[in-house]
Amino acid sequence: MDENASARLARRALTVAHRVGLFLAMLVICLPGIWIVLSSLRPTVEIMAKPPVWIPQQLSFDAYVAMFSGIGKGGIPVLDYFRNSLIISITSTVIAVAIGMAGGYAFARYRFRGKSGMFLGLMLTRTVPGIALSLPLFFLYVRLGIIDTHIGMILAYVALNVPFTIWLIDGFFRQVPKDLAEAAQIDGCTRWQAFWQVEFPLARPGVASAAIFAFLTCWNEFALASQLTRSVSSKTLPVGLLDYTAEFTIDWRGMCALAVVMIIPALTLTYVVQKHLVGGLTSGAVKG
Amino acid sequence: MATVSLNKLTKRYGNIEIVHGIDLEIADREFIALVGPSGCGKSTTLRMIAGLEDISGGAIDIGGRVVNDLPPRSRNISMVFQSYALYPHMTVRENLGFSLKIAGATKDDMDRRVAEASAILGLDELLERRPSQLSGGQRQRVAMGRAIVRDPDVFLFDEPLSNLDAKLRTQMRTEIKKLHAKVKSTVIYVTHDQVEAMTLADRIVIMRSGHIEQVGTPDEVFSRPATRFVAGFIGSPPMNLHEATVSDGKLMFGGGDSLPLPGQFKSKTAAGDKVVFGIRPDDFYPTGHGLSSGSETEVHRVDLPVSITEPLGNETLVFAEFNGTDWVSRMLNPKPLKAGDRIGMSFDLSRAHLFSAETGKSLRS
Repeated sequence: MDENASARLARRALTVAHRVGLFLAMLVICLPGIWIVLSSLRPTVEIMAKPPVWIPQQLSFDAYVAMFSGIGKGGIPVLDYFRNSLIISITSTVIAVAIGMAGGYAFARYRFRGKSGMFLGLMLTRTVPGIALSLPLFFLYVRLGIIDTHIGMILAYVALNVPFTIWLIDGFFRQVPKDLAEAAQIDGCTRWQAFWQVEFPLARPGVASAAIFAFLTCWNEFALASQLTRSVSSKTLPVGLLDYTAEFTIDWRGMCALAVVMIIPALTLTYVVQKHLVGGLTSGAVKG
Repeated sequence: MATVSLNKLTKRYGNIEIVHGIDLEIADREFIALVGPSGCGKSTTLRMIAGLEDISGGAIDIGGRVVNDLPPRSRNISMVFQSYALYPHMTVRENLGFSLKIAGATKDDMDRRVAEASAILGLDELLERRPSQLSGGQRQRVAMGRAIVRDPDVFLFDEPLSNLDAKLRTQMRTEIKKLHAKVKSTVIYVTHDQVEAMTLADRIVIMRSGHIEQVGTPDEVFSRPATRFVAGFIGSPPMNLHEATVSDGKLMFGGGDSLPLPGQFKSKTAAGDKVVFGIRPDDFYPTGHGLSSGSETEVHRVDLPVSITEPLGNETLVFAEFNGTDWVSRMLNPKPLKAGDRIGMSFDLSRAHLFSAETGKSLRS
């Protein structure tokens, strides 16, 4: 066989190997998700079967119907939980992103005393596991009277997210050349206008990704929420999953159905925002 | 259109002074180039005029108005950045019209002025493109277009050609010169390239370490450099500069060779003075191959060995060894030479320069 033919063959074999590898990796990543969706649609017997039943024998939407059927008929206050999750997640995301933008911009653009120490301090807060904060927070919130309230959860999540949003947005503002804001000022902008007209649009992918991360952190957080919420008025969806556990039983099907309900808005949001995540928008700004 | 004057303009970062109280008067419609090596304070000076850097002392006056503390937008200036600084999320049209939009111009007015600028710079085909879809030269033109749309009192250019390749740079240089002839406004142009400064400017300001070394027309700074630094900075290839001691009507060089003391310096030096002798490659040439061959008034001839040659087609740079080092000379109507050849060289001493070794100042009057 001539050299070129064997090189071509090797390249094809490599492509096939790549695809098989990718498929296996995706399978590992997606399997839990697929399993949750399947489990929400099949009877408990099948879910608990050993060895596992890979191909579902019968599918039904009973768990979804029951979930929305009201208390006493196997239902849980899912709409309340959904509303709580939405209010807490959106509000804390908006606040965290606003602070993150201000902080990230300051770290990226200004020189001030103690800057690196402050930045390091912010990053260090990320090393503290959220669960370790739950007890002190619990006592504090009880004293302040904000236990089991939206505002309490929002405060906790803002604090959790701000270091990360600052870090992420700082990186994006660093990529926006300083010359652009200066050019805008020469073109007649105030510092404020230069920010909104030129720097913000260019850092938008960073702001969007910070927003997604912050939102998903709040949306999925369980450890703190399970300690700091008590009633239907403030419980979020992840805490609501516990409603399916009783003293001696766990309704796996109902739990999986609620998990699917939880995942859908997060997936939708990520899909909507992802077009803003396209990087490389600053290419062509400077140099030839 | 406006005059610009800098009075004792100073810039400090903490305790370090970068610009040391410079004075400069720029006339209305004048094209002035600030030139000097990296770190000489030329860009900082330009940025202070633009309002992008605070000033630490002195005053800046644009069109009879002190603008020390005014923000950039209130100074009626425009600036072309080294990096072009085009807004990447806007089309060329939006880039050009941005300042007008901010100023609240009507759509008709905006369209008219963008069309004017685009016609001057030949950007009509590119108006709907984004900066990332343009070549370096096109981006440069858009940056200039953005500057002229505003109809400013003063144009500031911060090394606008340094990102372009050599051919494009020459072309854009010509365009900038034409542009100045058309818009007739005051221009302050910062560059480290002395050729750009010489070819474009009405007057050149040569800066070094935050001081102004000399201000003059291109001819003045070339023919009558005020300091040793200017002599070495302006001109390509640079002037031959060598230290010498005045002794008995001669200049004694350290290596043992000597040259007659040029007549014009006889009354200005005394025996024992330490000086720096300077002669341009144009005034030190293979005999018969110089600019002033035949019309010299004070010429000194000597046979020297050639150490290397750089043929450029119409001329050849000949490095001849004198006093143990290579001195560069320009040979017009070149003939083939090779290393090791001995040729007759002429020093046109009437055009030589002498600087004080101590202060670096020219001893020419």
